[in-house]
Amino acid sequence: MWSRLVSLGLRAPVGGRQGFTSKVDPQGSGRITAQVIEHLERLALVDFGSREAVARLEKAIAFADRLRAVDTDGVEPMESVLEDRCLYLRSDNVVEGNCADELLQNSHRVVEEYFVAPPGNISLPKLDGQEPFRHS
Amino acid sequence: MRTMLGRTLREVSAALKQGQITPTELCQKCLSLIKKTKFLNAYITVSEEVALKQAEESEKRYKNGQSLGDLDGIPVAVKDNFSTSGIETTCASNMLKGYIPPYNATVVQKLLDQGALLMGKTNLDEFAMGSGSTDGVFGPVKNPWSYSKQYREKRKQNPHSKNEDSDWLITGGSSGGSAAAVSAFTCYAALGSDTGGSTRNPAAHCGLVGFKPSYGLVSRHGLIPLVNSMDVPGILTRCVDDAAIVLGALAGPDPKDSTTVHDPINKPFMLPSLADVSKLCIGIPKEYLVPELSSEVQSLWSKAADLFESEGAKVLEVSLPHTSYSIVCYHVLCTSEVASNMARFDGLQYGHRCDIDVSTEAMYAATRREGFNDVVRGRILSGNFFLLKENYENYFVKAQKVRRLIANDFVNAFNSGVDVLLTPTTLSEAVPYLEFIKEDNRTRSAQDDIFTQAVNMAGLPAVSIPVALSNQGLPIGLQFIGRAFCDQQLLTVAKWFEKQVQFPVIQLQELMDDCSAVLENEKLASVSLKQ
Repeated sequence: MWSRLVSLGLRAPVGGRQGFTSKVDPQGSGRITAQVIEHLERLALVDFGSREAVARLEKAIAFADRLRAVDTDGVEPMESVLEDRCLYLRSDNVVEGNCADELLQNSHRVVEEYFVAPPGNISLPKLDGQEPFRHS
Repeated sequence: MRTMLGRTLREVSAALKQGQITPTELCQKCLSLIKKTKFLNAYITVSEEVALKQAEESEKRYKNGQSLGDLDGIPVAVKDNFSTSGIETTCASNMLKGYIPPYNATVVQKLLDQGALLMGKTNLDEFAMGSGSTDGVFGPVKNPWSYSKQYREKRKQNPHSKNEDSDWLITGGSSGGSAAAVSAFTCYAALGSDTGGSTRNPAAHCGLVGFKPSYGLVSRHGLIPLVNSMDVPGILTRCVDDAAIVLGALAGPDPKDSTTVHDPINKPFMLPSLADVSKLCIGIPKEYLVPELSSEVQSLWSKAADLFESEGAKVLEVSLPHTSYSIVCYHVLCTSEVASNMARFDGLQYGHRCDIDVSTEAMYAATRREGFNDVVRGRILSGNFFLLKENYENYFVKAQKVRRLIANDFVNAFNSGVDVLLTPTTLSEAVPYLEFIKEDNRTRSAQDDIFTQAVNMAGLPAVSIPVALSNQGLPIGLQFIGRAFCDQQLLTVAKWFEKQVQFPVIQLQELMDDCSAVLENEKLASVSLKQ
């Protein structure tokens, strides 16, 4: 399995997973519920910002729903066009590095050799007052 | 006799070797032209000092008879989503404004190793998402053909044309800046990226050769990723031979990109001149004949097929049955991979960072809200939707299955004896900006990528060749699609075709003279830029 192309690595989006289970309309073409909006905003750490954005998502979903018409019985998902090849793995030798200073230069907040982050493990509060858009 | 800036790579290279011109003179000509054409907004960063220094070194090499090759001393431009060491790389986004990469993308390094002169970083849609080069934070790119004699003369005949400059045309996208840079003669070649057609689309609209290599042929290391399984660096030039020269410098395995292929690829990319095409079989996918296709493009497509046939090639109709689902499949896979790839932008190690310090999540959220535009955020949210646990199978995995069907369609077509497929590149010629922005980015991308994205899903090589001018005097291109890793064969066919059609050179003399007048109009006409 690890010879598959790991560069695809679909990382869990920043913000981690919530224990939230929201049931999306199985038909997929229904309106996006407030729960889904909030869920997506927390997962993506990106906000919709406006009703138009939600409308656009609904259009995008409706567009994607056209795929249902395709018969994919017995078809394997394709992750990469190079799936028939063996991934080239280079030897596990250190050939470069020691560039901490260079890398630290690009950050806005650094203390000695540390990137400084605000405190973690505080979940995003319900957005209020920060933007005008209210979920219906 | 064409001016130096209008010559091909090979011609300029010969001129440099013979001392007819020095790299520094060439560099200065290009820099001067870049300044004159600033209103096109093709460049985000002009790396004047770097280029002049490189020119100096190139000159030394030529003096000592030690030139590095065909690209030594040649001005090139690079799309601003390729990392360039010490030179700001923004992806036309607030998220990366001021970001200075500590390394060069492999393809950039390869160009520099060959002695090319880096003129600057070109404009694009934000994070390469778009088909117009209109949605970046530095504003839209203008198509040089808007100012061409060919277009303007046709417009004079049109009683509706008023303020000439407010009707300027888009370049197509997302590598519009690179296309405009090459089309306006400010450089001989430019790097673009191609995920769904982002190199071929602007090439068609700007009258250029836009080449998308096979996935795995050229390294993606340093190309800020959009869709890892489809992105490739693209090449924009004024002729096929030039594209082959650049490809020769760029192709090959890279230990820093594990998706590059290590087979012995046929290098260098010397293109034989096809004497005749009688052994060739051209495939015409019937599903690409869609109602939205403009009659002019359709007519040229048909004429091209006839041309091959009259010269002895076999021309077959083929079927790619899943074509109508291709753009939908692309939309799902693209947004999903984007959702993942954009997760790295959190303000911590690089890029924009907001002022909020309450918590990491709050900081990330605000940083991303401030850093990304609507288009990027929209795609991230869509992608996250398709990747939700309850949607994963029905959308993402389903799309992956459809992808296989699409890739198989191509395999079947090629297995039926076809060497190369011939299709349109775009639905029509370039449209005016004011027309283009009437629909949103997602809608436009879905419309404009229709002929180009299936190629990315199958990982095949493809090239857009400028064929002829439309009734309005604007370029129309056609696309050739080849078998995987048969890039050389594809370019050979394209080169033959290019010779047959003799696409006219853009006449921009008026632009040089008028550019001061245009700048005046610029200040008067206030075109509101989408945020």
